[in-house]
Formats: sequence, C-alpha cells, structure tokens
Amino acid sequence: MISVRKVSFNYPDGPQVLHDVNLEVKDGEFVAIMGENGAGKTTLVKMFNGLLKPAKGTVAIDGVETKERSVAQVSRDVGLIFQNPDSQLFAETVTQELGFSLRNFGFSEDVIQKRVTSFLHLLDLEQYATASPFVLSGGERKRVALAAILVWDPKHVIMDEPTIGQDYLQKERLRNLITQLVSQGKSIVIVTHDVEFVAECKPRVVLLSHGTIIGDGPAEHILTDPKLVDQASLKMPQIAILMNNLPSADRSREIIDVYSARDFLLPRIRTGTGTTQSPQKVA
Amino acid sequence: MEQVSFTIEKGEFVILTGPSGCGKTTLCRCLNGLIPNFYSGDLTGELEVDGVNVEGKSTAELATHVGFVFQNPENQLFSLSVERDVGFGLENLGVPRGEAIKRVEWAMRATGVLELRDKAPHELSGGQQQRAAIAGILAMRPNVLVLDEPTSFLDPKSAEEIVAVIAKLGHELGLTILLVEHRLDIVSRYADRVVIMDGGRIQLDGAPREVYNDQARLIGIGLPRVTMLAHLLRKEGFNLSNSITVEEASNDLRRLLLDR
Repeated sequence: MISVRKVSFNYPDGPQVLHDVNLEVKDGEFVAIMGENGAGKTTLVKMFNGLLKPAKGTVAIDGVETKERSVAQVSRDVGLIFQNPDSQLFAETVTQELGFSLRNFGFSEDVIQKRVTSFLHLLDLEQYATASPFVLSGGERKRVALAAILVWDPKHVIMDEPTIGQDYLQKERLRNLITQLVSQGKSIVIVTHDVEFVAECKPRVVLLSHGTIIGDGPAEHILTDPKLVDQASLKMPQIAILMNNLPSADRSREIIDVYSARDFLLPRIRTGTGTTQSPQKVA
Repeated sequence: MEQVSFTIEKGEFVILTGPSGCGKTTLCRCLNGLIPNFYSGDLTGELEVDGVNVEGKSTAELATHVGFVFQNPENQLFSLSVERDVGFGLENLGVPRGEAIKRVEWAMRATGVLELRDKAPHELSGGQQQRAAIAGILAMRPNVLVLDEPTSFLDPKSAEEIVAVIAKLGHELGLTILLVEHRLDIVSRYADRVVIMDGGRIQLDGAPREVYNDQARLIGIGLPRVTMLAHLLRKEGFNLSNSITVEEASNDLRRLLLDR
C-alpha cells in the first residue's frame, strides 16, 4: 500500500508544488494520476520511491515511511519508470540493461537469464536483445525502461506517461500487462495525459491541479464531469462527448469507451428508443 | 526504410503515422539532413525539400527551409530563458534585431509561452517546454515544418491548442506541414492527407477517411474512437460514414436513432 498523508512540497527556493495531498493506493489497485502540465504529478510520484521526500507530511510504503529508508531500499519495493527513458537507460545492450539491477540485487546468473528472457518477450523486445537501447525508437526505449524495472518484480509499479510514443497495439499490450500486474496484487500508478487509454482501462482516476487533488473516483465518473475535466486541462474521451450529443444522453452519460458505446447504441438503433429524449448539451 | 516515395505539395498538411519503430522518425531525420549528416548508415534515393536537393547540404543550410520540432523538447532547449531560446535560431540566421524581437514576441504569443519568457527551460513543465521549442521554430518562419510527435508531452487541452495553432499557421502562412502523430483523434480534422508507414514502407496514403480502414487498424493505428465506433456499427449492418470527428459521428448517429 502506498500512503500519502498531508504532503506538501516545494523545490529549494521554488514555489510550492504540492499542497496538503492525501492519497492511498491499496495493493492490487490501479490508479491513473491526471492533470494539467505542471500540476505536480511527476513530483508526487517521485515521492513514492523516495527520490523526493515530503517537506511536510508523510509518504509510507507498506507502512514504512520513505524518510526512514534510502532511495535504493524504497526502490526495491517501488519501481518508478521515468517519463523520459533516456534518464534511465545506459547499458550497451538491451539484455544488459535488463540484467543490471538483478545483478545489483544479487540474483543468480541462472535466474537473471530466465527473468531477462521472459521480460524481453513480455515487452515485445526479443528482436532487440543484443541491440543498443539508443538505436531504438522512442516508443521502444520506453518499453526497455519498463522491462528493466519490472524484471526485478517490485511490489508496486509507477509509470510516468507510459503510453507516449506507443502505437495502438503496444497500448493494448500495456493494458493487458497492467491487468496482469494488478492481478498479482501490485499497486499500479500511472501518470498520464492519455484520456483515450484511460477510457479503455477504466482505472481509478485521481485529478491533480495546481498541486491539489480536485477529483478522485472511477474513470467513468471523473472523465465525464465537464467541470473537473476542464479544470485539469483534460478533454473528455471522444466517445463521452459523442454520447452527450445524442438523444437518450441521460442513460449514457458515463459511457467512455468504444465497445460500451456500441453495446449501448445497438439495441436503441434497432428499436428506435433514442427518440424520446432531447439531446443534452456538452460544456 | 525501403522504397519510400512520396510528394507533399506546398501548403499541404500531412500526418505521418505508423507503429512504433516503423521508420517515421528516420524519415523525418532525412528531411532536414540529420541523416546522413549526423547519423551514419546507407542512404540512397533522391530527396528534395522546399525546392532544394537535400544531398550534400548541411543541416544548417536546410534549417532555413525546413523547421524541425522533436519528440522531446528537452533535446532542443538550452538557453537561460525561454525568450532567448525562442530567439536563438533567428540570431544564428542573422535576422535584424528589431525584426527578431517582433518575431520572438509573436511566436511566444502564438504558442502561449509569453508569460514564461523569463523562465529557464528547466523550470517549465514538459508541455511548456514543447511550446517554447515550437515557438523557436515558428520564429524562423520556415516554408516546411516537420514535427515529430510534438504533442506527446502536452496535456490534452494544450495538445489540441498547439495542433490548432500549427494548422492555423500552416493555413495563414502557406506552410507545408508534416506532422508525425499517434493522437489521430486530435489531428485528423486538420489533415489533407494521412501517410501510414509500417515495416519501413508506406502502406497507405490518402485523405483521413479513406485510409482509416481495416488495413490501418490491423497495422496497429489508433484510429479516432468515433471512427472505430463507426467501423463496429457498420459491421452490424448500419449505414454510417467513416466519421473522423465527433461532430460527424454525432450527426450520423442522431439520424440513425431518430429515423426509426
């Protein structure tokens, strides 16, 4: 469990980035932190693995405050994948990149080889096993960075903008991977602007704006609240906007993904039950 | 890349998309001479940008013809303030001071970084940095603008604003625009054409509603969600156009719902 209590933070001589933030992420929970550029999202998640320590308040991982441990100790339990993979990658080959932390943590060569092979496969990186991470595309480097963290099996996984540079199929893979990690009881936190990805995953959404949590709830609820969405510089998912434009909008207000929209619309198109309601305006 | 051939007319707004690793960024790097000047490899074929044969030209010579905005803004900001960064390219081009100040002001306003002019790039969020980077390129007023996923780091509202600004500038200044993007939901309404690459080759090339078909979906293109919904409903036998915007899809569906 990740537990953030009354946390405020400012960089040295900088303005306050977080104001009295309270947040609890349970084991096996999937949370998306969303909000405008500069809202404090990255600052907040850097607290989760101890890279930053709160100026006021506490951050505790499984009951132990991050202040009492080194970054290395906290990182064993909380894997943080940076927004920019280049902040993380350094090894000569993708295989070495994945094996590095395992060697540091003292795993046997036999286990290292098995784990590395399995995560190369999981992240669709087998064909790059002997390549330098730096000749790969932006999206591929992000997957290497993700694999290099997941490989040591941290209890909780934090991903800062994991969908940047990923195509649709890779996002589908990422979605399945997250589902798998969640089912293993890990807490998964993603920081993202990718409204459509969130609309498909439907995690709990925490909205951060100017360092304060302004919304917290199911994706269907948060992403269809015009006021909250606007305040956090987001857009509603396309499907939500579309459903709001249609008759019978009252019953479809929380539909945010393509397949739910199809299932909702098909019987209504067939029977014409869309005719009774007047269209609802979108803010 | 293999056997890539295409022409973009002056003033056209073209989206280049495709799975990660398909060769999009490689293609862009050829357009401003980064390949072969800064990346080694074998490059064959002919490439002309803004009437200039790229072969043998330095990246600096090409910079006055083609402006390049990278995926990661951190890679192109380095000055002590946003204003200096935006003016850096102009200074190098030898633009007279008075004109340069005007253009810098204009570019910062167009991209919404005017109030950040005195900030250091590292004080900015990712989105603000990208806006500053775009401002620096806009200020040089190149005829061709190549943007490699410029909205990746932006929140959705800022992303939409930036794309609208790019489209507007393209329209007003007659810029030729090649925009590499995965976020087709935001950019499709502005595009004259969409070029889809896969495996280093161009697979599809045409108006958005023509190329957003099953083949594109199978390649792994993230079609706008309204287009995906139209595909799903068409499979059920309903008569819907290949909508690329929410407005079109709304009209289509309203008609279907109310016609019965």
